[in-house]
Amino acid sequence: MIEFLNFYLIPGLVLGSIYALGAIGVTLTFGILRFANFAHGETMTLGAFIALSLATFTGWHPFAVLPIAMALTALAVLGMDRLFFRPLRHGSTIILVIASFGLMLMVRSLVQLVWGAQLRSFGQGIDLPWVLFDALRIFPKHVTIVCAALVLMLAVHLLLSRTRAGKAMRAMADSPDLARLTGIDTERVIVTTWIVGAGLAAAAGVFLAYDTHVESQLGFKLLLPIFAAALLGGIGRPYGAMAGGLVIGLVEELSTYPWIGSEALVPPGYKTGVAFAIMVAILIWRPSGLFRGRVF
Amino acid sequence: MEQQLYGIFLYGVFLLTMGGIYAVLTLGLNIQWGFTGLFNAGVAGFFAIGAYTTAIVTSAASERHLGGYGLPVAAGLVAAMVASAVIAWGVGRICIRLRADYLAIATLGIAEIFRLVLKNEVWATNGPRGISLIPKPFEHLPEPWNQVGMLLLVFAVVAVLYVLLERARRSPWGRVMAAIRENEAAARAAGKDVERLRIEAFVLGAALMGLGGALMAHHIKFIEPNAAEPVSATFLVWVMLVIGGAANNRGAVFGAILIWTIWSTAEILSARLPPEWAVKSAYLRIFLVGLALQIILQRFPGGIFRERRFRTAPSSSTREQPP
Repeated sequence: MIEFLNFYLIPGLVLGSIYALGAIGVTLTFGILRFANFAHGETMTLGAFIALSLATFTGWHPFAVLPIAMALTALAVLGMDRLFFRPLRHGSTIILVIASFGLMLMVRSLVQLVWGAQLRSFGQGIDLPWVLFDALRIFPKHVTIVCAALVLMLAVHLLLSRTRAGKAMRAMADSPDLARLTGIDTERVIVTTWIVGAGLAAAAGVFLAYDTHVESQLGFKLLLPIFAAALLGGIGRPYGAMAGGLVIGLVEELSTYPWIGSEALVPPGYKTGVAFAIMVAILIWRPSGLFRGRVF
Repeated sequence: MEQQLYGIFLYGVFLLTMGGIYAVLTLGLNIQWGFTGLFNAGVAGFFAIGAYTTAIVTSAASERHLGGYGLPVAAGLVAAMVASAVIAWGVGRICIRLRADYLAIATLGIAEIFRLVLKNEVWATNGPRGISLIPKPFEHLPEPWNQVGMLLLVFAVVAVLYVLLERARRSPWGRVMAAIRENEAAARAAGKDVERLRIEAFVLGAALMGLGGALMAHHIKFIEPNAAEPVSATFLVWVMLVIGGAANNRGAVFGAILIWTIWSTAEILSARLPPEWAVKSAYLRIFLVGLALQIILQRFPGGIFRERRFRTAPSSSTREQPP
C-alpha cells in the first residue's frame, strides 16, 4: 500500500500536473487558432533550456528564474507565430499543421545547436524525502512542483473567468466568426493565447526538467501525452485539459502497478504507450472528449 | 585521380539508390496526402513495418530474432507490402473518419506504439540492437556491379510505380480521390463510399511505405527501432513531397531525389569540418530543411511541380474527358 503511494500515486500526480499545464496550451491553440500545434512540445524544451541558462548564469533557484523563462519563451513563440503561422492563417488549417510539424524540428535542432544534445540537470544536489508515518516518503521537489502547478492553474482560471481577455478567448474558442462580429480584436486574442500557452509550456518544461533532467527530447516525449490529455478533456476546454492531464499522468504511472498478480500490469517498456493508446481510443470512440469539447 | 573518380561514382550510385528509395516513400505519401488529403504523420511506422517484415522473412536463421526463413528478396518485398497494407487497413478502419489534425495525431501515436513494440519485443526483433546481415540483391556480383544492380532495381521499382500511379491518377478512381479531398460532402452526395475509398488510398500508400522500408533494409542490410524515428523518415518524406509538389507524381519523385541529394551532400561537406562543428552542422542541416519547408509553404504552396488539374469539357458534362 505504502509502496503504491510512494512509487505510483505521487509520481503520477506530479507527472499529471505537468501534463495538465502543457495540455492547457494545446487545447487553447487548438480551440482558438483551429490547428493541432505539433511544435508545442518543443516550446517546453525551449522553456526548460532558457531556465537552465538563466539559473546557471544567476545561480538562483530554477523557480526564481521561472517567470523570466516563461516571458522569454512567450516572446520566442510570438516571434514564431509572426514568422511561420500568421502568413498561413487565412489558408487551410492543415497547412498550419504541416508548418508546426516543420517548426517542431526547427526548434529542436536549434536547441541542440545552442545547448548541445547531452543531458543536463538543474543540479540541486540530493533531494532527501520527508518521511511521514515512518513509511510515506514525499520529496520536497514534488510538493513544490504540484503546488506551483496548482498556482498556475488557478491563475489561468482567474484569467479566463475574471478578465476581458479571458472572456474574449472563450468567446473565440466557441465561435470565431461570432466573436469577430461582436467586435473582439481576434489578433489580440491570438497573441494572448500564444502568451498563455507558451508561458504554461515553459513552466511544464521547467517542472519536468527540475524533477528529472533537461534534454533536447524532453518536449517530444511530452507531446503525445499532452495531446492525449487535451483530447481527453475536450478540445477548447482548458478545465478539461487540466483534468485530462491529471488522468493521463496518473494512468501512465499506475499502469505499471502490479494490479493483477505480482507482475506489472503493463510492462514498464510500454509505459509511454499507455497515453498513446488512450489517445487513439478517445479519438475513435469519443472525439469530443470527456468534457464535451468541440470537434472541428 | 582514377581512384577518386571511382569513389565519386560509387558515392553517386549510393546516393541515387537512397534517393530512389525515398521516392518510393514519397509516392506512397502522395497517394495519401497529395491525392486524397489524408494527413499521415506516421510514415516512419509503416516504413519500419516493411523493413522488419522483410528482415524477418529474408535473413538467415538466427536465434536473436523471429524467423530467418532465408526466402528470396522478392518474397520479402511482397511480404513487406502485404504486412504494411494489412496493418494500415486495421488502422484505417478505426481512424480514417477523423479530420486531418486528429488523423495526424492518431497516426503519430500509432507509429510511436509500433516503435515501442519493435524496441520491447526482443524475441521477435532483437530489441534495440536491431537485425543485421539482411541480404542485399546482387551482392554476390563484383564490386561496382552489385551497387549498380541495386540502383537499377530501385529505379525499376520507381518507374513501375510512377507509371501505375499516373494511370491511377487519371482513372475514375483517381478523380474520385481528388473529389474527396476537395469536397467530401459533394463526393458523398454523388453516392461515393468515401470511407471505403479513403481506406483504399491509405492502405495503398502504406503498402508503398512498407516497400520503401523493405528496400531500405536490403540496401543498408541493417534495421533498428530508431530508424523509425520521426526525424529521419516522416519529416524528410513530408518535406520531399511538399517541396516537390503534392498531388503530382513527378513532383514526388523529383522532390525525393532533390532533397535527398541536398541532405546527404550537406552531410559529406559537414564531415570535413572539425569534429565539434560536424555535430553542430547536423543540427543546422535539419533546421535549414525545416526553413526550406516553411518558405515553400508560404511562397510556393503548390511546390515545384504543381498539380495538373483535369479540364472539364465545356459543353457536355456527362462525357468523360480523355486524360
